[in-house]
Amino acid sequence: MVRAMTCIMCPMGCDLTVKTGADAGAEKILVTGNTCPKGKEYAVQEMTDPQRNIATSVLVKGGELPLVSVRLDHMIPKNRIFDVMAEIRKQSLEAPVFAGQVVIENVLGLGANVIVTKHVRKA
Amino acid sequence: MRQTDVVIIGGGPAGLAAAVRLWEKGIRDILILEREHFLGGILRQCIHDGFGLTRFGETLSGPEYAQRFIDEVLEKQIPYITDTTVIQISEDKVVTASSCDGLLEVQAKTVILTMGCRERTRGAISIPGQRPAGVYTAGVAQSYINLQNKMVGKEVVILGSGDIGMIMARRMTLEGAHVQAVFEVQPYASGLPRNIEQCLHDYGIPLYLSHTVTEIKGTGRLEAVVVSQVDDHMQPIPGTEKEYACDTLILSVGLIPENELSLGAGVVLDERSKGAVVDENHQTSVPGIFAAGNVLQVHDLVDFVSMEAESLADSACRYLQEGSLPECPLAVVTDGNVTHTIPQKISGTEDFRLSLRVRKPVKKCTIRLSQNGQVVLEKKMPKAIPAEMIQIPVKAEKLSQTGDLEVSVLW
Amino acid sequence: MEGFDVAVIGAGVIGSAVARELSRYSIKAAVFEKELDVACGNSSRNTGMLHAGFTYKPGSLKAECAVEGNQEFDQVAAELDVPFKRTGKVVVGFDDHDMKNLLKFKEIGEKNGVRGMRIINKEELNQLDSSAGGEFAMYVPDSGILDPMQYTIALAENACQNGVEFHFDTRVDKIVREDGQYVLKTAKGDFRTKWVINCAGMYAPEISEMLGYPNYPTRGFKGEYFVLDKKAGKFLNIPVYPAPNDKGGFSTHATPTIDGNVLVGPDSYVTEDREDYKVTKEHLDGLIMDGQKMFKHMKREYFIRNFAGIRWKRYNPETGEILDFMLESDEKNPNTVNLVGIESPGITCALPLARRAVKIVAERDHLEANPEFNPIRKGIRRFIEMSSEEKKAAIAENPDYGEVVCRCENVSRAEILQAIHNPLGVHTVIGIKNRTRATMGRCQGGYCETRITKMIEEELGIAPENVRYSKADGYMFTGKVREDV
Repeated sequence: MVRAMTCIMCPMGCDLTVKTGADAGAEKILVTGNTCPKGKEYAVQEMTDPQRNIATSVLVKGGELPLVSVRLDHMIPKNRIFDVMAEIRKQSLEAPVFAGQVVIENVLGLGANVIVTKHVRKA
Repeated sequence: MRQTDVVIIGGGPAGLAAAVRLWEKGIRDILILEREHFLGGILRQCIHDGFGLTRFGETLSGPEYAQRFIDEVLEKQIPYITDTTVIQISEDKVVTASSCDGLLEVQAKTVILTMGCRERTRGAISIPGQRPAGVYTAGVAQSYINLQNKMVGKEVVILGSGDIGMIMARRMTLEGAHVQAVFEVQPYASGLPRNIEQCLHDYGIPLYLSHTVTEIKGTGRLEAVVVSQVDDHMQPIPGTEKEYACDTLILSVGLIPENELSLGAGVVLDERSKGAVVDENHQTSVPGIFAAGNVLQVHDLVDFVSMEAESLADSACRYLQEGSLPECPLAVVTDGNVTHTIPQKISGTEDFRLSLRVRKPVKKCTIRLSQNGQVVLEKKMPKAIPAEMIQIPVKAEKLSQTGDLEVSVLW
Repeated sequence: MEGFDVAVIGAGVIGSAVARELSRYSIKAAVFEKELDVACGNSSRNTGMLHAGFTYKPGSLKAECAVEGNQEFDQVAAELDVPFKRTGKVVVGFDDHDMKNLLKFKEIGEKNGVRGMRIINKEELNQLDSSAGGEFAMYVPDSGILDPMQYTIALAENACQNGVEFHFDTRVDKIVREDGQYVLKTAKGDFRTKWVINCAGMYAPEISEMLGYPNYPTRGFKGEYFVLDKKAGKFLNIPVYPAPNDKGGFSTHATPTIDGNVLVGPDSYVTEDREDYKVTKEHLDGLIMDGQKMFKHMKREYFIRNFAGIRWKRYNPETGEILDFMLESDEKNPNTVNLVGIESPGITCALPLARRAVKIVAERDHLEANPEFNPIRKGIRRFIEMSSEEKKAAIAENPDYGEVVCRCENVSRAEILQAIHNPLGVHTVIGIKNRTRATMGRCQGGYCETRITKMIEEELGIAPENVRYSKADGYMFTGKVREDV
């Protein structure tokens, strides 16, 4: 099988060609079009277990802003994004909160923490 | 009147980076003026990740990227004032700013313009139709959703494939909205390929090239948009109209450097970049007034904004120390395949970094710099797209001190 | 049931002017308006010209009211604190046919009592405005420019301060005669009134019929406009009109606005739909072509907005002839004043028409003057128009004047707050815009709209879902991103 994909590891967005099965010859997965090793890593990951990060917000009570931005400190399987969103939506924090603070540890056992990315002080 | 070595207009990524670098070079008499209550500029609402790979070697969210610079400013105790809007800059570098405390007037030796950009609007591109609520530019929607905790709609169509539009497509999908499609009038996307991949493809949102919104329907709230295919001249093709019922239209149709204050100071603008005409020192047509970041040219990466501002700071420091900078009599001229360059003027005697964008996507091309018919430098690229700014370091030793620098794209 | 002496239907410029003139008398009066603010129809969808009156048929109500309205406007503007400039106007021509028409309209103008009109040569034309096209022109010194929204708001606020009630979001669906009075049936309940004055603009024929008058045929002449950036405004000092056609109609023209923008338009085409305010690609493209002839700085980079307006003219269906304004009061329909087919120059004619309408009521009911009536209304002081010294003083007195909310138009928080707490109780985003100019600049609210909606919520204690853009169903937000769980 031959699949074309765009690398998302950096803004260059290399056009990758990924060959698997008989098309890959001796290799299990053959990647071309990448300009750095990260491109190959991405393509292999994408073929076996695609992973993504997400960024969203958590409600803050008593803060100078109503929301604080959060992200994951590690990527999670792409197909669990909406499950993780549902978990994040249940959270709320009391001001002050600080960037780096963990909101959910090891969310859904996926090995990633939900972390705050902005300081929100008390109103 | 208060006297200051440097006044920096805007405490976003460009202004903060310039301030930190100036301080590092020994300049202490700095004043950052920021109209918002917080430093950080537009990054405060850009909560997605992907910032910092070039500048810091790791991927950060917008607020975290900004905080790195804010922390430096705080640690170095660089003076800044928030909640203060600059309303005028005079040609002799008197900066007037308004706040609840009154009018602040500062006589600066150098003024650094880092005001960023604004979004192109519905009116600017003359989208026909009615005028209901529910039509938002991507940045406004982003501000409502990420800063104000207000959801702007549920059934969404996006016009324009700018990066913020695609990022908002993902953001709104994560928050339960249904994003039907992104339409782009050009035959190619205007945002970065990785955003097409991770913001649209990941969420099954189709991107239609050579399509545009030809009618907005609804009196109170948006009810539908009519989308048409366009021809090679970007004119709608009759008979291709298709109606999409929706309550929200997000516009991501371009960014324009915000140069009204610059114009007031007598700074000459470039028709192509919509930013100031600058030399290799980032100095504008008014000696002592410098510009960097999105107010100079619209960037696709904040890392390059910071780096441009840091390079500006080096020149501004030299200007303060030496009282002036070397003349830059040579023009940078381009062929029709380049939208604009920064700088537009060079000395021919010093190293500089050239940034440019191509007008349309090309594969396997060569960017050629030449002077007096002689090739100065060639950069071969597997592909070049308008979405991505191209940066080329140029060494003085390769340059002649006479003759304009011609930039062309060959394929 | 709440009862009034006089009910005015419609809060456009005519209804608001009638309300203001009614407030000179000791009566209980109210205005009923289907929208959430004044001037939501064609009162705000026009060029903002104070017309001199040289194209209207001598002896017509249009001609009489236009000249009267024009000549009194300096005093009106001073009383109501509305921005107004008597710029004069040039009507330019290129050939002999144009000259013939100019001379014809000069003669008509003189018959109507228009002052000071004269034909000028190209040199003098270029001195008046270097970017005006044309070989020669008629110069009309009495023409002026104003902000039709500010003017309508000022009339309504003055009426309100002098005791007239304004009922917004209250469309009159039916009018019944009961016990020698009228009952207005509306979505907000029934209202009893002795008198009804029809100022319903495009819907005047429908109201006319409800009152017992004919459903007068009207035809909608729609025109589209471009609004250009203030950067283009510096190239245009004076309204530049092409020579009128044989019937006195003008094609596309360029007009400076009182705030320093430029309007290019309107074109003219017939529409059937009463509120067909959509703009079309076909007509905008046409405006670009035609506009460049009149104004050489008609460039895309200056476009900040566009809009459409409709002049609903009364006409004779058999001959197609356009008819004069209708102002009538027939004993068969007791205690009614009927105004139909009030279109351009409705802004100029608003107060003269209102005086004539109110005079009918006042004479018949021997109304007593309102001893409290105050003709003076103060507008919102604008930060951008202050000198440095005035700005300093204003901020010292009220620190909110120092916080710039709208960066393009330099509108301060103090102005937005005054607009949110306006006397009419309007709190739409567009209402705030029309009172302050916030969001009207080149970024179209990209910077300030998020702040204004937040201020509306905070000041009035309303939820985001209840913020309205301009119409009752024009919600801005569908809810919160994160609810407290």
